[in-house]
Amino acid sequence: MNGASVTAEPPGRAAPPVARAGRLRKHAVAAAFLAPAVFFLGVWIIYPLADTVRRSFLYRDTNRWIGLHNYKELFTLGTIVTAIKNNAIWIGVVPALVTAIGLIFAVLTERIRWSVAFKTVVFMPMAISLFAAGVIWRVMDQEDPHVGALNAGIGAIHDAFSPPGPLPDAAASTSNLTGSPQRGFVLHKPLHPGGVGLLGLTGIATSEVPSTAVQAASPKPVANGIAGVVWRDFKPGGGKAGQVEQGELGLPGVTVQLENATGRKVESVKTDDNGTFSFVGVQGGEYRVAIGPKTFAKPFGGVAWLGPKLITPALIVAYIWVWAGFAMVVIAAGLAAIPREVLEAGRTDGGTEWQVFRRVTVPLLAPVLSVVFITMLINVLKVFDIVLSVAPGSSQDDANVIALAMWRTSFGGVNDYGLGAAIAVFLFLLVIPVLALNVRRFRREV
Amino acid sequence: MTTAAAELGQPPVVEESVAVKIGRVVAKTPVHIFLVAVGLLWLVPTLGLFFTSLLPAANFGSTGWWKILSKPSVATWQNYHEIFRNSSITHSLTTTLQIAIGGTVLPILVAALAGYAFAWLDFPGRDWIFLIVIALLVVPLQMALIPIFSLYNHVGIFDTVLSLVLFHTAFGLPFAIFLLRNFFIGIPKDILESARIDGASEFRIFLRLILPLGLPAIASLAIFQFLWTWNDLIVALTFGRNTQPITVAIFSQLTEFGSNIDIIAPAAFISLAIPLVVFFAFQRYFVQGLLAGSVK
Repeated sequence: MNGASVTAEPPGRAAPPVARAGRLRKHAVAAAFLAPAVFFLGVWIIYPLADTVRRSFLYRDTNRWIGLHNYKELFTLGTIVTAIKNNAIWIGVVPALVTAIGLIFAVLTERIRWSVAFKTVVFMPMAISLFAAGVIWRVMDQEDPHVGALNAGIGAIHDAFSPPGPLPDAAASTSNLTGSPQRGFVLHKPLHPGGVGLLGLTGIATSEVPSTAVQAASPKPVANGIAGVVWRDFKPGGGKAGQVEQGELGLPGVTVQLENATGRKVESVKTDDNGTFSFVGVQGGEYRVAIGPKTFAKPFGGVAWLGPKLITPALIVAYIWVWAGFAMVVIAAGLAAIPREVLEAGRTDGGTEWQVFRRVTVPLLAPVLSVVFITMLINVLKVFDIVLSVAPGSSQDDANVIALAMWRTSFGGVNDYGLGAAIAVFLFLLVIPVLALNVRRFRREV
Repeated sequence: MTTAAAELGQPPVVEESVAVKIGRVVAKTPVHIFLVAVGLLWLVPTLGLFFTSLLPAANFGSTGWWKILSKPSVATWQNYHEIFRNSSITHSLTTTLQIAIGGTVLPILVAALAGYAFAWLDFPGRDWIFLIVIALLVVPLQMALIPIFSLYNHVGIFDTVLSLVLFHTAFGLPFAIFLLRNFFIGIPKDILESARIDGASEFRIFLRLILPLGLPAIASLAIFQFLWTWNDLIVALTFGRNTQPITVAIFSQLTEFGSNIDIIAPAAFISLAIPLVVFFAFQRYFVQGLLAGSVK
């Protein structure tokens, strides 16, 4: 009983009817203040809660009782099983990763002066809808490196380490040349000093022919050497395969290797503008002429982020992009609440930065970290919007999650309310531990 | 020792040699580089959507949005002109605004009343009822979709702005009541008691004292509710057909992502620009509300 009631109603049994009337009036006032909330919570949350549980035992939208059938379906129907598996991945990866990233960002921003700017930038996606964030990442994740920024970035790194060759689409023009673009091509017949090799290639678009290329020349034999030509064995109208003809272009700048009988590389040269090359001063013996696979290396074609295999990782990246800022801000607030003296004491006791972090900071932050972790756990269970906007229709079955499966089953054409209700109840059961935790934490408080 | 000096208002001045200063800056360089890279990583995707929205429709399949950086003449506002002439998009923007405003004002009003009752009124079972509210905090809204779907059909308010506002109100309430009750309980008791002694009714106290004093919490809450309702997809997708907020309007274009990108990109950017403006204008309240809600 608080002070106000003591003054409002005289204590003791002096005037019980008045006191009772006063109490009743007070309860009526309280009821009036609570009524709208009770109405909303009752009609939109509590009644549906019970009704959904009831419907989960019914066949579709009928009143026919089918017991646990819908729940069995839950664990046997392909798309729902995929959804549960995917959600398990989400649960295993996302809360831990978001908490860790938030912790790293929060600790590092303490060391810079522009932390407000950094925090604002990282926190910004929190204001954006998960749906719009999904559209953002759908643009980022496009497979073609000319359009998708993510693949363009990976492509730049990829091409720096293994640059695309000058003739990515070339193929041998005759069976004299064996091999493949992946292994490179080699002239089947061995050559001896004084011999000549004709390496004809086709399947080269006009735009791929280097601009310095001129009419291909028939190579002249070299004494004590091996000569040859690499040329585009094709001219408008076709031409004869395996013969250097008028109108066919040499392929300049192609690296040709000379290999000895054991297959070891002896020497390599680049072709001239007319396609010819020669190795001089070659010792006697059997040699082969080859063009290495680097010449035919294809440029980076792009990773299929939105394809069925990588869609869940792609979604998780987008989701972490959205939520990392939340974790960072909450953890940074927890960090700011740690008394400086505690950290200083750790440092003066001779601890390294890492030891202070491990032994002092993290244990003191544990309550905050667990709040972030649990919040993310709940969020991840309900993930929905971002899947619909990032995953193209063709990948949605592979990207499925529980909340999406519930919606698609209930409203997305199937309209199986019984099964949909069972999925919803399953989702609800998964959040019950957190619900219990919240309630227990609050009861300790009051 | 350090703390003692600090308390005396005389922080220990340690003369740093230039070498030490340089050493300290150099030691921090990797941190700066890392955080700049992370900052870019967080900024680039949103910029990418914006630049994409400036590309002519024909260019999407062939030109990366970053080409605008090297060749700004490619950029055009044409897509935005088209969007604002597209009546289904402009209509969906008004619908979104109606839902967001209704879905912000109504739950705050209801939650403020309840929050006051939980904080300052005496009635039997108060703590138990509040425990139920806390339990409802994490109930997934999927639990309500099917029953409310058929309820709305029975009552005949399916596919209306009102039906969406009511749903958002209910599911916004647990958090709103929780936040406001915790804030109201911190209001000094003396203020309330002197008002009660002066004979003010509870409703008058609520209106004249609690609401003005609770304004910081109400502001945080308003921003949350606004963003939540503005950004909603699942509720509108379930209970709306012709009542389409912007998220649903964009969603219906997604099946042909490549060819509709000239609508999708600018519409998505507009739909996220408004929350961003709200966020930047009221960032302080946003963060306060977030901390009050999670670290409690």
